Amino acid sequence: MAEQVFILVGTRKGAFILESDAMRRSWAVRGPFCETWPTNHVVADPVSGTIYAGGGNEWFGPAVWKSTDFGATWSHSSQGLAFEPGQAPVKAVWSLARGADGALYAGVEPAGLFRSEDGGESWSHIEGLQQHPTRPDWNPGGAGLILHSLVPDPIDASRIWVGISAAGVFATEDGGASWQTRNRGTRADFMPEGQNYPEFGQCVHCLVMAPGGGGRLYQQNHCGMYRSDDGGKAWESIEAGLPSSFGFPAAAHPRDPDCLYLIPLNGDIKGRFMPEGNTAVWRTTDAGRSWQPKREGLPQGGAYFNVLRQAMATDTMEPAGVYFGTNAGGLYASIDEGESWDCLAPFLPTITSVETLVIGR
Amino acid sequence: MSDETLRERHGEAGQASVLVRLPPHLVVLFPGAERRVSLKARDVNEMVDALDALWPGMRERICDETPAIRRHINVFVEGRRASLSTPLREGADIFVLTAISGG
Repeated sequence: MAEQVFILVGTRKGAFILESDAMRRSWAVRGPFCETWPTNHVVADPVSGTIYAGGGNEWFGPAVWKSTDFGATWSHSSQGLAFEPGQAPVKAVWSLARGADGALYAGVEPAGLFRSEDGGESWSHIEGLQQHPTRPDWNPGGAGLILHSLVPDPIDASRIWVGISAAGVFATEDGGASWQTRNRGTRADFMPEGQNYPEFGQCVHCLVMAPGGGGRLYQQNHCGMYRSDDGGKAWESIEAGLPSSFGFPAAAHPRDPDCLYLIPLNGDIKGRFMPEGNTAVWRTTDAGRSWQPKREGLPQGGAYFNVLRQAMATDTMEPAGVYFGTNAGGLYASIDEGESWDCLAPFLPTITSVETLVIGR
Repeated sequence: MSDETLRERHGEAGQASVLVRLPPHLVVLFPGAERRVSLKARDVNEMVDALDALWPGMRERICDETPAIRRHINVFVEGRRASLSTPLREGADIFVLTAISGG
């Protein structure tokens, strides 16, 4: 069966789709879609091939756009994508993910979680997260109070992990009715001395699940890189060997739970650029015990961009592809698990998210 | 645009016939929507309901959950900035506008 590979790109000016055959050598770029709305996350349902794009427009509020024909035509809805009357309006959708039961989840700003059981046509608020006793004490990070990382368990539909900056990681095991903090072992350097390991309030940047069903999670945090082997109940630092403890995106290998990709920046108060202006994707193949920088084909010298929290992904091909997009609008790809890189599109708008879809046709 | 292209909608007793002009950025989101629509409504809230009945989903693009007209959307009724409770008179001229916004 011939395979088709799609790279789904969210940008400040709409969604873009790149498409290639199984060789992944030649890519066609299509877009912008979604009427150039600011688009924070574009994902695909790997079962149906339906593409969803979540974002928010300065005038019209949040929306989830949908295409069932690989981007040729789109519709949009925000029905039910609102908090209870009187609450602060939902500004934008930030993250989308498909649950094990086929439901679609949306994480929004200000931090909240919504569920759709009809493919994004209508939404219901998962109130349990906002009713968490720590909610009155959540503080917005620099970008706002945003639910950006959304990790449903691929097998058990009742289990979901979320990352909220700067509130931390939370998890539910009952479909969203009740939530627990999952931040033990992660630092909050910005808190007063002696309060650097709080129950919540950590500034998580990106939370991803390793493949294999072993409960392994990785996170890139404002203050460190971490691995958990028990679903986030305890975290261990894996930042030794990296050029800094600061970065935004993380991407897990599709089959190897010991393999993770990170893009550390030069630090949180030094401009948040590529260290020394040299681009590198750092890869571990031993669950974070050691790291190797991958630079071949990436800009060296004068590269003062960053990579946002949802802007790196892998595909399910063999060998795995790795993709990232920069805030300067460059989209880069490796089809050999990070060994070497090509620029597929140099001048897109600011890239907010990168995801992939592989289908047999 | 000619009068033939204006949409007509039958309303309830007491509702005024008004002319609503919609911004291009809003119309483009709803296939078949038109820049000028005549409809019947007693106030701005009913006007938004009538628009939503014609083009489902339009309410969420004009109003937030406060509920109120969205922060960067302006509705002018007979030249004055209106809220959802602003009453409408027979023959009122209404503009829905997008404020200067975005980047």
